[in-house]
Amino acid sequence: MTFAFEAEGLVKRYGKTVALAGIDLAGRQGSVLGVLGPNGAGKTTAVRILATLLRPDEGRASVGGLDVVRQAAKVRRMIGLTGQYASVDEDLTGLENLILIGQLLDLRRPDAKARATELLADFGLAEAGGRPAKTYSGGMRRRLDLAASLVGRPDVIYLDEPTTGLDPVKRDDVWTIIRSLVADGVTVLLTTQYLEEADALADDISVIDHGKVIANGSPAELKRIVGGQTVLARPADPARLDDAAAILAAVAGRPADSPSRGVVAVPVTGDAAFTEIVRRLADTGVAVTELSLRLPSLDEVFFTLTGRHTEEDAA
Amino acid sequence: MTQTSQQPRTTVTRSVVARSPERPFALVRHSLALGRRSLIKTLRTPEQLLDVTLQPIIFTLVYVYLLGGAVAGSTHDYLQFLLPAILVQTVLFGGMATGVNLNTDIGKGVFDRFRSLPIGRSAPLIGSVLGDLIRYVVATVSLMTTGFVLGFRIQTDPLSALLACLLVITFAFCLSWIFVLVGMLVREPGGVQGIAFLVLFPLTFGTSMIAPKETLPSWLQAWVNVNPVSHVMEASRALMTGGAAGAHVAWSLGFSALLLAVFAPLAVRAYRRRS
Repeated sequence: MTFAFEAEGLVKRYGKTVALAGIDLAGRQGSVLGVLGPNGAGKTTAVRILATLLRPDEGRASVGGLDVVRQAAKVRRMIGLTGQYASVDEDLTGLENLILIGQLLDLRRPDAKARATELLADFGLAEAGGRPAKTYSGGMRRRLDLAASLVGRPDVIYLDEPTTGLDPVKRDDVWTIIRSLVADGVTVLLTTQYLEEADALADDISVIDHGKVIANGSPAELKRIVGGQTVLARPADPARLDDAAAILAAVAGRPADSPSRGVVAVPVTGDAAFTEIVRRLADTGVAVTELSLRLPSLDEVFFTLTGRHTEEDAA
Repeated sequence: MTQTSQQPRTTVTRSVVARSPERPFALVRHSLALGRRSLIKTLRTPEQLLDVTLQPIIFTLVYVYLLGGAVAGSTHDYLQFLLPAILVQTVLFGGMATGVNLNTDIGKGVFDRFRSLPIGRSAPLIGSVLGDLIRYVVATVSLMTTGFVLGFRIQTDPLSALLACLLVITFAFCLSWIFVLVGMLVREPGGVQGIAFLVLFPLTFGTSMIAPKETLPSWLQAWVNVNPVSHVMEASRALMTGGAAGAHVAWSLGFSALLLAVFAPLAVRAYRRRS
């Protein structure tokens, strides 16, 4: 298996505070590695080391086989970085920001301008390109930031909490962009506090807490750790919700819950229950527009692994 | 808000320009590109130039009308004495902002991006220092205009006066690396300003700027004699109002080179360490 980036045993201390306590991370070529953890878990520190911004106290990290400390200059030609806060210049226009990055990546000015124009169009910023970035909305700024990290066509992109503070629609925009990058063969390291986000985008997830990896695996594998599944049904006719709830409750042997409007859900053990529910729904003529057997949410995974919910701070 | 309604296209183009080739003189090109950034930022928020525009006017008025009669017997004679020297103080004070601005700037995300790019570590610092040359030019123009309005006259020739201005700006450019270094070492922008003042006061006031050297106490004269800024002020006086400039110009250029050679590498080193 080829890894686009790898980190082994990274340790970073700030005085007595241990930010990283020996972390291993690896991103498969062309995949998304989700690094999931609460505030202060060490996500940003790990990204900064992989992005050559910080030297590890112990351990080593490489991008495309190049050491991030000893071959930092070469690594910088391969990576793109988008931080938690928009790392664009507020006083420059969108176009000027991207041209500057292009010139710093050794593009001639006309080439830098062509690349900037192209990216602005890709990110729905063509009209706003001539305005200073400080006039942009939060979502536009984040898109410009993403565009800025793509000017050099990096092989590896680090996205450090790219959707923090965005509303759901803007977040979906960013997700769409990330998916298209991966479709293009780029390897992505995505840090997030949102379990939903890691679930939606990541091929592999490393859960970190207090500077250590506490679990590794695909989203499905991680969710399986918690055990159990959930059957979810949405009757076509909302009036039949109670009938559907009765069937679910009867098969599962416990009361059904309504997690959102027009939907009933019940925890089950094993997929035999699912088949039984499908049969009984058909027998009683309850048509459904949605019927699924789901794994638990990643929040439950985190709770199982650490005994804490992700909302509680690491302190 | 119409701008937010634009949806990003789902494909991100990766094809138009081939991956950037290696080109020579990278540090020069990168520094100039970053200098341009700095210049655009200043021109877009012109209030940043308010200090270098107004300060020369205020200081000149204060000195000329408060001290002129006492020191030189007439405000006109005093202006001829003061202006070429206060030019140096004005331009040097203009460089303080470079350190303060950089201190604020490097905390922002955009400097993280610069650090993640394959550019020389010194390029962002050189860029800021280059961009701030505009401040020296504005300070010079403001001061000289004030001087001319109040009755200052060049007694040599316009070319010599221009050379004086260039010499002062060159010295300020080299000295400003001290402020860059302080900006890299100190946590808060306010602290940078405080330390920069402590550096500038003895350098600019420990000279014959306000009063002839002979009138100063001997211990102060000793400092004036070794103070690099004295040479820049005397060179400026000689080039604008006459006298032998050669030695002072040579000393000024020598000290400029020394300041640059010592403080630019120290500032870059401090910048590398700060992250």
